[in-house]
Amino acid sequence: MTASAPAQPTNGVPENFTPPHPSLHTNRVLPGFKVSLGFTIAYVSLIVLIPLAALAARPWEHGWAGFWSVLTDGRVLASLRLSFTTAGAAAVLNLFVGTIIAWVLTRYKFPGVKILDAFVDLPFALPTAVAGIALCTLYATNGWVGSLFAPFGIKIAYTPIGIFIALVFVGLPFVVRSVQPVLADFDAEVEEAALTLGAAPWQTAIRVILPGLAPALLTGFSLSMARAVGEYGSVIFIAGNMPYISEITPQLIIIKLQEYDYAGAASVGLIMLLWSIVILAIINAAQMWLFQRGRA
Amino acid sequence: MSLTVSNITKTFTKFAALSNVTFEAEPGEFLALLGPSGSGKTTLLRLLAGLDQPDSGAIAFDGEDFLQLNARERRIGMVFQSYALFRHMTVADNIAFGLTVRPGKERPSKSQIKAKVDSLLKLIQLEDLGKRFPAQLSGGQRQRVALARALAIEPRILLLDEPFGALDALVRKDLRRWLRRIHDETGVTTVFVTHDQEEALDLADRVVVLKEGRIEQIGKPLELYRDPSSAFVFEFLGANNQAAGTLRGSSVDFGGFSVPAIVKGAADGTAVARFRPFDTQVSRSGPGFPVKVLSVLPAGANLRLELQGADGQVYETQHAHDQETSDLKAGDTVNLLPTKVYVFA
Repeated sequence: MTASAPAQPTNGVPENFTPPHPSLHTNRVLPGFKVSLGFTIAYVSLIVLIPLAALAARPWEHGWAGFWSVLTDGRVLASLRLSFTTAGAAAVLNLFVGTIIAWVLTRYKFPGVKILDAFVDLPFALPTAVAGIALCTLYATNGWVGSLFAPFGIKIAYTPIGIFIALVFVGLPFVVRSVQPVLADFDAEVEEAALTLGAAPWQTAIRVILPGLAPALLTGFSLSMARAVGEYGSVIFIAGNMPYISEITPQLIIIKLQEYDYAGAASVGLIMLLWSIVILAIINAAQMWLFQRGRA
Repeated sequence: MSLTVSNITKTFTKFAALSNVTFEAEPGEFLALLGPSGSGKTTLLRLLAGLDQPDSGAIAFDGEDFLQLNARERRIGMVFQSYALFRHMTVADNIAFGLTVRPGKERPSKSQIKAKVDSLLKLIQLEDLGKRFPAQLSGGQRQRVALARALAIEPRILLLDEPFGALDALVRKDLRRWLRRIHDETGVTTVFVTHDQEEALDLADRVVVLKEGRIEQIGKPLELYRDPSSAFVFEFLGANNQAAGTLRGSSVDFGGFSVPAIVKGAADGTAVARFRPFDTQVSRSGPGFPVKVLSVLPAGANLRLELQGADGQVYETQHAHDQETSDLKAGDTVNLLPTKVYVFA
């Protein structure tokens, strides 16, 4: 072949050929990538992003100053502090108790395990207002449980403790249901390996099983916390709703709406949203770190 | 320092996984438990490890009753088919695990542990990968880490449950040689479970052949191969053919020609003769069954033939490349003569 001869195409594909839209042109096993991606983006926009954008657009009726005055309002700040700390504390308790419940449900066979398993979902299924009334009756100073604590001067209902209990109630299933399948699928041979290497059961639990559960624990924690931050129905009955003391942020938003202060309500909502995004981002970052350690 | 297993019986709901299993492993011996799936070999290994308890029988190591010790106390090294590595720990931490979980008084110092881990990483030829996570290793490398982790506790017995089952053939062969070398270096008594007869015969000092929870035969690889005690062992140890004939004394008459036979408890009369693919000759005019050549596979050290008798029976044979066989092709009719047959009761 002489140097001046044109390059022969190999396999019928001319040299220097590049497929159009290389990024969308890879061979995929499943068809319909473009259609499903388009649908997903449109749906997420419609259901999630556009309403959130509307929320972000709403507070500016009274300008930056109006937003700032809501942001720095002592009552708003107190409610945010209450909402996020009680939700966080409830998620932490749920993390421990939920893990133990998931452990019992997956590791032990006993009569009634199925029924117990079904009970875990009740906080999902129960209308939150019903739960609120039930908890309120139970923990009021003249209720079954509340009356036990009253002699010691401990009030549960109508205090932050009551809020905490309501949030523990609604958040529990999230931890149990996140951890349970991972625990059930946990490779028995890994535990047996730890055993034959001389690890005591508690060492196996802490050093082998818990780290393996970490991503699921984090998921359960964040779901439980997210649910608790936004919880309204079950809390308002037991909270007492005293400004600065036992008034959660969702309750404050309702109050502002009832006063026709839509911009104010949206401002509080936006602040809550931003906080939630920050917390979710932190949890997601932790999850990615765990994920990369696990499989890289 | 020998391992003694006597009269072990283990029944799972409704079926007997092991019945009356008795054998012994000499100190430093490399023993293979060989059998098809469902033969109880993994169950037996788990009993040795203390991960399950037998219904009856005894397991002793060096005179000590193993059944009185739980899996933690037996100090055995167990290697699983699934590797069972701790995914969230580095390779080095995985290997050190068995040392770091020891109670304070018995635990070696940090520098001792590190030295031990380094020497084991060297032994498994992964010196530079101590900081990696298991997910960043290949299957063969993971299994080497699992072995190092088991060796770290200086086990009294090393137990391996189909350790190479999930690996591809080349890696498997490589690791097999390497495992044998490690065994010879450490001298630890090793019990190895496999369903791969080639692996068992290649690696082990002695092989225990299991069938449906019973020991079929125990012996050195060559003994098993030359002197199988039953049709099961004969068939399990490699490719084989069957032909009907009449047993008379120490030869089998196939009607027109007879062949010397190794007889295992069979009485004279109609018998099934079994023979290996390479214990055969084919010729165009000599004695033998008339068979049709179905296929000729000339690749490799041997010529492999697939033959079919008049009754439809298919035979598989192997021959050296020579004059007689070089021009064979599918469709030819030849005579197949077994040169050595086995007859079992």
